[in-house]
Amino acid sequence: MAKEECITQWNKTGDTSTLRNRKICLTSEKTLQAPSTSLSKDKHSHTAGHLSEDDTQSSNGAQFSTRGNLSKDPPSRVLLMLLVGLSFSTRLYKITEPPHVCWDETHFGKMGSYYINRTFFFDVHPPLGKMLIGLAGYMTGYDGSFPFIKPGDKYDHHNYWGMRGFCSVLGSCLPIFAYLIVLELSQSQTAALITATLLIFDTGSITISQYILLDPILLFFIMAAVLSMVKFNKQRYRPFAASWWLWLVLTGVNLAGALGVKFVGLFVILLVGLNTIWDLWRILGDLSLSLVEIAKHFLARVVGLILFPLFLYVTIFAIHFVVLNKSGPGDGFFSSAFQSRLIGNNLHNASMPEYLAFGSTITIKNLRIAGGYLHSHWHLYPEGVGSKQQQVTAYLHKDYNNLWLVHRPDENESQSGTPDLVRHGDIIRLEHVETTRNLHSHLHEAPLTKKHFQVTGYGINGTGDKNDLWQVEVCGGRKGDLVKVLRSKVRFLHRATGCVLYSSGKTLPKWGWEQVEVTCSPYLKETPSSQWNIEDHINPSLPNISLSVLKPHFLEILLESHIVMIRGNSGLKPKDNEMNSKPWHWPVNYQGLRFSGVNDTEYRVYLLGNPVVWWIHLASLGLYPIMAAVAAIALKRGFSLSQKRIEHSHVLMREGGLLLLAWLLHYAPFYTMGRILYYHHYFPAMLFSSMLTGITFDILLKSTDLLIRRPYCDWLQRLGQMVLLFSILYSFYLFHPLSYGMKGPLAHEPGSAMAGLKWMDSWEF
Amino acid sequence: MLQLPLVVTAQVDLVLLVITQLSMWSRLSQLSYPNAVVFDEVYYGQFVSLYMKRVFFIDDSGPPLGHMILALGAYFGGFDGNFVWNRIGAEYPSSVSVCFLRLCPAVCGSLSVPLVYLLTLELRFSHLSALGAALLLLLENSLIVQSRFMLLESVLVFFVLLAFFSYLRFHNNTHSWFRFCWLFLSGASCAAAVGVKYMGVFSYLLLLGVASLHTWDLIGDRTISHLRVCVQCVCRAVCLLVVPILLYVFWFYIHLTLLNRSGPHDQLMSSSFQASLEGGLSRITKGQPLEVAYGSQVTLRSSSSQPIPCWLHSHKANYPIRYESGRGSSHQQQVTCYPFKDVNNWWIIKEPDRQQLVVSSPPRPVRHGDVIQLVHGMTSRFLNSHDVAAPMSPHAQEVSGYIDFNVSMPAQNLWRVEVSNREAESESWKTILSDVRLVHVNTSAVLKMSGASLPGWGFRQMEVVAEKLFKAHSPGWTVEEHRYGTSQEQKEREAELHSPTHIDVDRKISFWAKFLELQWKMLTVKQEDSEHKYSSAPMEWITMETNIVYWLHPSTNAQIHLIGNPVSWGVASLSLLAYQLLAAVYLLRRRRGFKDLPDAAWSRFLSLGCVCVGGFLVNFVPFLLMEKTLFLYHFLPALCYLLLLGPPLLEHTHTHLLSGTPRRVLSVCVLFVLLSVFLAFRTFCPLTYGTPELSANQLQALRWRGSWDILYRRR
Repeated sequence: MAKEECITQWNKTGDTSTLRNRKICLTSEKTLQAPSTSLSKDKHSHTAGHLSEDDTQSSNGAQFSTRGNLSKDPPSRVLLMLLVGLSFSTRLYKITEPPHVCWDETHFGKMGSYYINRTFFFDVHPPLGKMLIGLAGYMTGYDGSFPFIKPGDKYDHHNYWGMRGFCSVLGSCLPIFAYLIVLELSQSQTAALITATLLIFDTGSITISQYILLDPILLFFIMAAVLSMVKFNKQRYRPFAASWWLWLVLTGVNLAGALGVKFVGLFVILLVGLNTIWDLWRILGDLSLSLVEIAKHFLARVVGLILFPLFLYVTIFAIHFVVLNKSGPGDGFFSSAFQSRLIGNNLHNASMPEYLAFGSTITIKNLRIAGGYLHSHWHLYPEGVGSKQQQVTAYLHKDYNNLWLVHRPDENESQSGTPDLVRHGDIIRLEHVETTRNLHSHLHEAPLTKKHFQVTGYGINGTGDKNDLWQVEVCGGRKGDLVKVLRSKVRFLHRATGCVLYSSGKTLPKWGWEQVEVTCSPYLKETPSSQWNIEDHINPSLPNISLSVLKPHFLEILLESHIVMIRGNSGLKPKDNEMNSKPWHWPVNYQGLRFSGVNDTEYRVYLLGNPVVWWIHLASLGLYPIMAAVAAIALKRGFSLSQKRIEHSHVLMREGGLLLLAWLLHYAPFYTMGRILYYHHYFPAMLFSSMLTGITFDILLKSTDLLIRRPYCDWLQRLGQMVLLFSILYSFYLFHPLSYGMKGPLAHEPGSAMAGLKWMDSWEF
Repeated sequence: MLQLPLVVTAQVDLVLLVITQLSMWSRLSQLSYPNAVVFDEVYYGQFVSLYMKRVFFIDDSGPPLGHMILALGAYFGGFDGNFVWNRIGAEYPSSVSVCFLRLCPAVCGSLSVPLVYLLTLELRFSHLSALGAALLLLLENSLIVQSRFMLLESVLVFFVLLAFFSYLRFHNNTHSWFRFCWLFLSGASCAAAVGVKYMGVFSYLLLLGVASLHTWDLIGDRTISHLRVCVQCVCRAVCLLVVPILLYVFWFYIHLTLLNRSGPHDQLMSSSFQASLEGGLSRITKGQPLEVAYGSQVTLRSSSSQPIPCWLHSHKANYPIRYESGRGSSHQQQVTCYPFKDVNNWWIIKEPDRQQLVVSSPPRPVRHGDVIQLVHGMTSRFLNSHDVAAPMSPHAQEVSGYIDFNVSMPAQNLWRVEVSNREAESESWKTILSDVRLVHVNTSAVLKMSGASLPGWGFRQMEVVAEKLFKAHSPGWTVEEHRYGTSQEQKEREAELHSPTHIDVDRKISFWAKFLELQWKMLTVKQEDSEHKYSSAPMEWITMETNIVYWLHPSTNAQIHLIGNPVSWGVASLSLLAYQLLAAVYLLRRRRGFKDLPDAAWSRFLSLGCVCVGGFLVNFVPFLLMEKTLFLYHFLPALCYLLLLGPPLLEHTHTHLLSGTPRRVLSVCVLFVLLSVFLAFRTFCPLTYGTPELSANQLQALRWRGSWDILYRRR
């Protein structure tokens, strides 16, 4: 079969897929027949005694069906085992140190504990990563009792090694995946080895794998997705075979995993998507395929890469909601209906007076998703923002400042038996319980939404003016309708100006404690932003009735939690005084992150890439475009090139291009992000950059024969590889304390273990 | 050798001529009405005034070319800059020639119409399509409004269109060497477009993309010799890369040459920049001694405190014994950073083991690495730091003014001078030029501003702390005012400090340094972005949900609005959709081997898409990602591309997709659409030209969309 194919394709020239197949048929012929066929002969004599060339050949031979060949090949299997050993040993070494909470372990460890305790929480990332952490902890005997309050807390007797170990096992897979990807892409063992070495001995990748973080899990899924995508690409000549399906489905699974850990997984989805579109475009252009077959290809990808991952992703959330059924710290971010699901929440099997009445104490929640409670506090609007009265905001957390008293407009209090119920169209006055100010609005611009009016707290002890009067309207109700607690959507119309109480969703600056703006909107369109519901309702003189609130549908919960997460993510704005990491810092390794310890007495771990390795990456990012451009122009101008060089050019342009695209997709979007950025956001991009480095340097070294004559160029090539290897190893020896912990004086003092290694002033160790 | 008879043949495209006439008439007639400040004229006007007075300013909204073009018109009109631009609707006095102020944008706006005509021809579509595109542009109310006032969008549109037109001219003329003039013109207009507004960058990038595709084809052409290919590539790179960059810098050169007086924005710039401006800092610092010596009296300006300047300051008030949080302090004298000039900003540089506070003769300059003490001029306290947490930033050390009153804490008042720009300047500490880091000798902490401000007890001044050195390039301090101290006695010295500084020398920094600093400042100065009453979101532009009131007559209902022509906007959006649909169908079918179009028509179709759809995308999509306040007029460049797209697309449909009766129907439809474009234009004319005045009912009737703000008075 393979033979026929290569004979038919031998005749065509120019098409690169042919070139690959030509190689294949060369090698298969070589293995099947005597090595003296005329075709392979000149090739063989050309490359005789040439080890690196042999590498390319043998791995080329492994292109499709012969993939097994390679693993049967003893040296490569030994090599792989060696890499596995090295990778695992570097990552698992000193895994339990330091025995205290490091950096973001305080969040993710805590969230892992929440799963074990089944407590509901809110986080800006999707749940898969934390679920896995929780699971790993559970399996290794961690009972979820450690509070993870702040970095530096001692773990003492708690079993934390399991969670760390799980993360570092996933992290250890990264160099191996990178090795396999590069091998598959470039068919060059040298390139794959360079990549693996760069990653194994990079202090940054070691450090980030060793702690309870989402990153190793995310990186694992990203790399696994890319690996299966690359494998799937190589299956293109045997569509719908079992292995074809396997890799397709695996790609889908890993995509779902990546997205399920962090939204950064979207970038790898984009990469796979682009690759798939490109693939489909190629299939569409293949006129030998009928439209039905093309449709089959298309549908298979839709199922494998869209529907199936989506199903998995939704399943993850389903598990998340089923597992977390107890009330916890994240309740206030969600709607009243959502909260009623949670055991221990005051809305769970709630019992309160059913209809809103005058004299009740209530909390009012905005109906837009992740809208907060109407809130006020002892702080005034600053100078220049409307009138200098008390702030009224929307606040996402439960707080006693969210309580309001419902009054009649005229008298202050009338305690006469059962209080009157509030009806649609009634005029009320809302008094803030804590500060006794009335909810007030007037014709001043709102602080952020300039088209709306400002809402303030005004008056003292309930006395105010006519700007404090609001008309209650039940949405869809008629005059005289009662206001149901929890279930009615209510609007508050300002009597004097006719505007409606509105939550804009914009975050106030520092003076407003970064709470959400509340305004009075003159536009009366009915949107969730202008609708509110009464959540808590306390009135001792009314009988409590048990309310079974409508349980929300699963899809509603899913949508709601996503909107809450996205809001939370974009709400992570850099603070004014904080030193914010800029995307351009990352590739130059400008500044790392302190994982643990600041002073010279503490055990310090500093997340920073091995500078030699990272600067090699940087160099290759500069070299690659030049080499690719030269190759592209040479091919385009039709220079006569040797077979080997054409092969190299294609690897550079096609596979290198794929990696460069992947790097760009994982790096460039950060420039447009307004949220706070950290150094570790670069790690997905770094992985792609190191694979690109492998390919670039491999081809660069193999092109030494452009410079000097035959035997010397091989020596030069060998020398280059050795220099690369030793500089990586030596720099790892120098910088390994960054990952495995340093004690004693800081680097700018001569007594330090890191003395003289602070090559950039911006490094903080 | 002269050949007789001498014949001159001239071809005049009458249609083009008529179109130009019409567009001139629509944009230039009655330019001086209304005789009042209209909308953003209030913003650009202040810069025009500053140009007339040659006062330096920074505007972060865009590079200076646009402002300079406006100022050029004002210059011709004899405007002297004496007008207070403080509110929209303020009447111009008779001394201001309003017509000239608005002339340049109006001319650019009216030239855009014939340019569109020519551009369509260069895209190789027929004269009829060209006429259609030109008419759409001519009858677009929003473009007319935008070009009739002192605003920049029409200038930007003009340069962008010119760049594309001249590039296509270059591309279509394959054989004469004269075509490189067109290429040069294209590069120059790109530079101009970028120089007017940063948005021009995206059009420039698109043009570069198109050009590199063409160049790539050229490289692939194996019939041309290598040498020729090289020469061609170099020419293109020079015209499209080098020329624009040089010209862009040139705009700044003119800008900086024109503006040589100090003004309101001086303080945003570094001391050395300010010193190069006439007046302002250079007046104060003229003739100061250059080298800081022991005994010098100096004010130290923080380099990090942008945009507000501040100077190292101390005053007779101590840190409170306990802060609100319950933490304790040293209860020594406060040291702060104070954003105003004050006599308490003066410090004296003292050599640690000598007592005297005057400059010896000859002066002994302070160099990099020297250890000094700083004495506060008015209170004689030493600048001191110690291991006490700072008031607002507890991770850093407190800085205080110390005097030995036998308190329990020892003095730690030695500071090492580190000149951080010593490579560029020199080892010795120079006034204004040197950026100096003051390192505390005992703790190797660095003196810096924390960015927090102190509460009431510190008079809300900025906090100064000493922080352990971790960050490179942590900005330091610059000596701004400087003189050699002469008075031994404290009383005399106080009198000396109160007297202003003087003397005379000139200090220059190079143009490049000024350019880089100015450009960097323009890109990084952030003004508080807040929502504006008429701001809008990008998606509202396409659906025409928004308008802007530009001007309202103080007593009548006459008013000017930025409202588009609803029919042409509809046509524009439809043509965008239609193009995408057609392109998708064609592409898929071609991939399956069906060639619906002859190659020439296909390449024409593609280049239309590249220029028009590409142009629309690059001018629209960035706004979706931007987090600044946006207005409807930001959409106008993108709209121009869309208007340009419609007629050629119709021509394409007419020639390639239809035949027989549908063809005739299409022609009738086109006529009908043109008629309705004209009618819609007529209908909105009163809001475009602000005349005639309409009654409240008529205005009501013009409110085609509920979200439009149209104002009227009830009488």
